[in-house]
This record gives sequence, C-alpha cells and structure tokens, in this order.
Amino acid sequence: MKSLFTLRINGEDRTLAFEHSKTLLEVLREDLDLTGTKHGCELGECGACTVLVDGEPVVSCLFLAVEAVGHDVTTIEGLQHGSVLHPVQVAFAEWGGSQCGYCTPGMILSAVALLEQNPHPSRDDIKEALAGNLCRCTGYTKIIEAVEAAAGSMTDGRRLHAQAG
Amino acid sequence: MLRLTPFTYVTPASVAEAVQLRKQYGDEAAYMGGGTDLLPNIKHRLAEPKFVIGLRSLREMQSIVREESGGLRLGGSVRLSQLEHSPLVRNEYPALADAAAVISSPQVRRVGTLGGNICLDVRCNYYNQSEHWRRAVGFCMKKDSEICRVAPGSDRCWAVSSADTVPVLLAHGAQVAVFGPAGERLLPLEELYRDDGLVPMALQPDEVVAAVRLPPPNGLRVVYSKLRIRMSFDFPLVGAATGLALDVDGMVRQSRIFLTAVASLPMRVRAAEELLIGRPLTDELIRAAGDQVFRSTHPMDNTEGSIPHRKRMARVYVERALRDFARANPDA
Repeated sequence: MKSLFTLRINGEDRTLAFEHSKTLLEVLREDLDLTGTKHGCELGECGACTVLVDGEPVVSCLFLAVEAVGHDVTTIEGLQHGSVLHPVQVAFAEWGGSQCGYCTPGMILSAVALLEQNPHPSRDDIKEALAGNLCRCTGYTKIIEAVEAAAGSMTDGRRLHAQAG
Repeated sequence: MLRLTPFTYVTPASVAEAVQLRKQYGDEAAYMGGGTDLLPNIKHRLAEPKFVIGLRSLREMQSIVREESGGLRLGGSVRLSQLEHSPLVRNEYPALADAAAVISSPQVRRVGTLGGNICLDVRCNYYNQSEHWRRAVGFCMKKDSEICRVAPGSDRCWAVSSADTVPVLLAHGAQVAVFGPAGERLLPLEELYRDDGLVPMALQPDEVVAAVRLPPPNGLRVVYSKLRIRMSFDFPLVGAATGLALDVDGMVRQSRIFLTAVASLPMRVRAAEELLIGRPLTDELIRAAGDQVFRSTHPMDNTEGSIPHRKRMARVYVERALRDFARANPDA
C-alpha cells in the first residue's frame, strides 16, 4: 500500500508517497536520489547501506522506510557543511581509508556515530564499531588509522577540514 | 535486486491490539519485531505476508524490569544492543549479554529484538537462499518441495535452531510470557520449541512473545561460546550455553547444558547434566561430560563448516566452560 509520509532526512523534512514495503535504502536512493547510501547485499550482511537513525547506525536495507517516520535519518550527504567536509571524511581521504569507495559512506557513518559517543576510542572500540561494515579493498588498517586520526583532530578542537582546505 | 513483496504495514498501540489485528487479517499477516529475520525471508520469498504488524514500537514490550522474585522481566521488543549494554543484564546474567553481543553485526543488533531472536526462523543452507537459487536445486521440504535436500530420504526437515540468546535463557530456566487472544500465558521457554524444522515452535500463529522472565541466578553461572566463520555477521555453526551451580562443598548442585545450531530446537544435553550432579568437578568428570556432549550431538550438513568440527566444538566449549568453573572454585 502506498501512503504519504514525511521523513526527516539530514535535518530536512521530505514528504513523499511510498509503498509500505519499501526499505529505507530504496526510498533514499530511488525516490530521493540520495545515492551516497550504497546498495550491497540487501540482507544486512555487508553494511554498505548503513545510515544513522537517531544517531545510531542501522542497515537501511533491513529497515522499512515507514518505520523511519518520526526519527532523524542521517546519510553520508548530511555530514558535510556546504563545501566543508566532516573531519571523518577528511581523515578517510587523507589516510587512504577509501579505495574503491563502495563501503566508505557506511564505514564513515559508523565511525561518526562512534566518535559522537566515544571521542577517545581504543583500537578495539573502533574495530567493534566497524564490525558491521565489510571492506574488500583496504584490509581495514587504513580505515582504522583514519578513524584514529579523525578522533584526534576532533578532540584537539582543530579543524581538520580547514587544514585540508 | 531483492525486493520485498508488497504489504501493508500496521502499528498497533498495544499488544492486545496487535493480537486483534492478527486475528482480523488471519494467516496473511506476520508479526515483525526488528525485521532483521523476517525481511530477508520476504526478500527470499520464504514468507510473503500481505500485512506486517510492527511490534518494535510497543512501549509495554520495551523495558527491562526487576521482578519481585529478584529476577528480571525482559520485554519482547527489547533490542539486542540493549541486552548487550544493560548494566543489570551484564552484571546478573553476563552470558546473556555475551550472547547478544555476538549476534550478527552492531547495526543489526540495534534493530533486532529479543522476541525476534526467540522466534528466529530455523535455518539451513538449502532454505536461506534466494528464490532463484532454491528453484535451481528444486526447492526443499521447508518451502515449495517435498524433499529435504540435506537428507533426501528423510521424512522431516532438519533446519537448525540458530538463536544465540535462547540457549542462555534456557540454561537460566527462563519462562516466557506469551500474549494471545485469551490474554497472557506463562510457560517454560523450553516448551516453546519442537524438534521439527517445519514447525519449530509451539506458538500459536496469533501469539506474541511479550516478555521473558528470568529467575534470580541463585548461584547458577552460565557461559556461552559460539563457533562461527567470521567474528561478525555470522550465525552459529554451533553454540553452547553451559550453566553450573556448586554447593559450598564444591559438589555440582545444578547443571544445565543447551546447544544451538545442531538440531531444529535448542538441544538440551540431559545425559551430561545428570552426570555432573552431586559430584566434584574433577578433570575426569569434565572429560566424561564432554564425551556425553559429543555422543549426544548429531549435526547435519545444513550450515557452513564441517560436521566433525561442529560436533567436536560442542564438546570443547562445554569442557572449557566446566574447566573455567573448576578453576574459579579451586576447592571443588
């Protein structure tokens, strides 16, 4: 059944009609053209489609869009301010945390949620927070280093993106 | 693309209304907790509900409450990540927090619920596949065929119970509060399961697992160990919950051993439990209990991993837990 819903995506209310049986991933990519959220296994086993719902990472392929009504959804498109990237995005670029790039949006959102809750994560905290995001290129080392660098830059109060710019 | 089949999503305001809606829509309706089991099954055309009754936002099923007995009541819609991080659960039933923490991935645990894990559909290499894949092998007994692909001569389905929290809950002697048209009924969780892959639960189709009631541990310590290929995402190839309480003189007062992923129900190893009762935890006794676990475990070729490996690890996990208990009680 198709009904009209209002979703709050990246701080903006978007009213649109979609089928109850549409996943949040499908609505984001196909109805809202927010294609930064990647479409991987569709079964919750790869984490490429990770988005934040009320600040917490979930796999949008197993999350009905209708269940996101009334909650804040953050996608990779919502992280940057204007042309200024989020410190985690900058760190991924600078530390080689992204190769083919397909896992990167989900990986970054998992990392952002971790750093919001725990500004000084240990290496194990980072591994646990990223345990739901598969990467087939990097071997993870550079991703973990990027998250550590982002944590440092965010807690130092330095504007890493200002440096990068 | 794996699309969901079209359905109407409804959100009841109470468990009673959920049951009412289920009655109204009949067998075309399915309950959904977090959806992390049901939605993949719909994508694989293992289920095709026309109505989905969402239980995740029901406040009455979301809490963890101290009971008068001293135990805990865990709502059916409590998320797995809540179990993992709740200080109450972590302190008093650490194996339950451990079991929740090794389910799938962090993203899935934030959405998946306790009730969903309790009602997790049984799994098999020939069942949890896309419709395309299943058609290519001629389908299987659990869905769309008469033949079990794991044991083609068999007259039953051998899909395995794969929940991680359930063996721990069973080791703790949990009861389950089931809500149906006649209201709530309370039964031992163990009675909810049947050794039959086709109908693995003794739950009526309109009943909801509203809550789990855990008795106070009363000296019972439980350890959960899980074998899986990767340290994230994967379902168990075998899992063992080993529960033990010792007397002041070091004799085993209570023992409860449950295995997951080796049978269509969470399998209790009574022979090993009985062997332990009333005896001190010597190396010899631990090995004998391990032998009993090994002899009682008959995994089929329906998950990843080899049968001998899974069978052997059941013994290893139980013996390892018993040795840890013995070390923690050097007088025993």
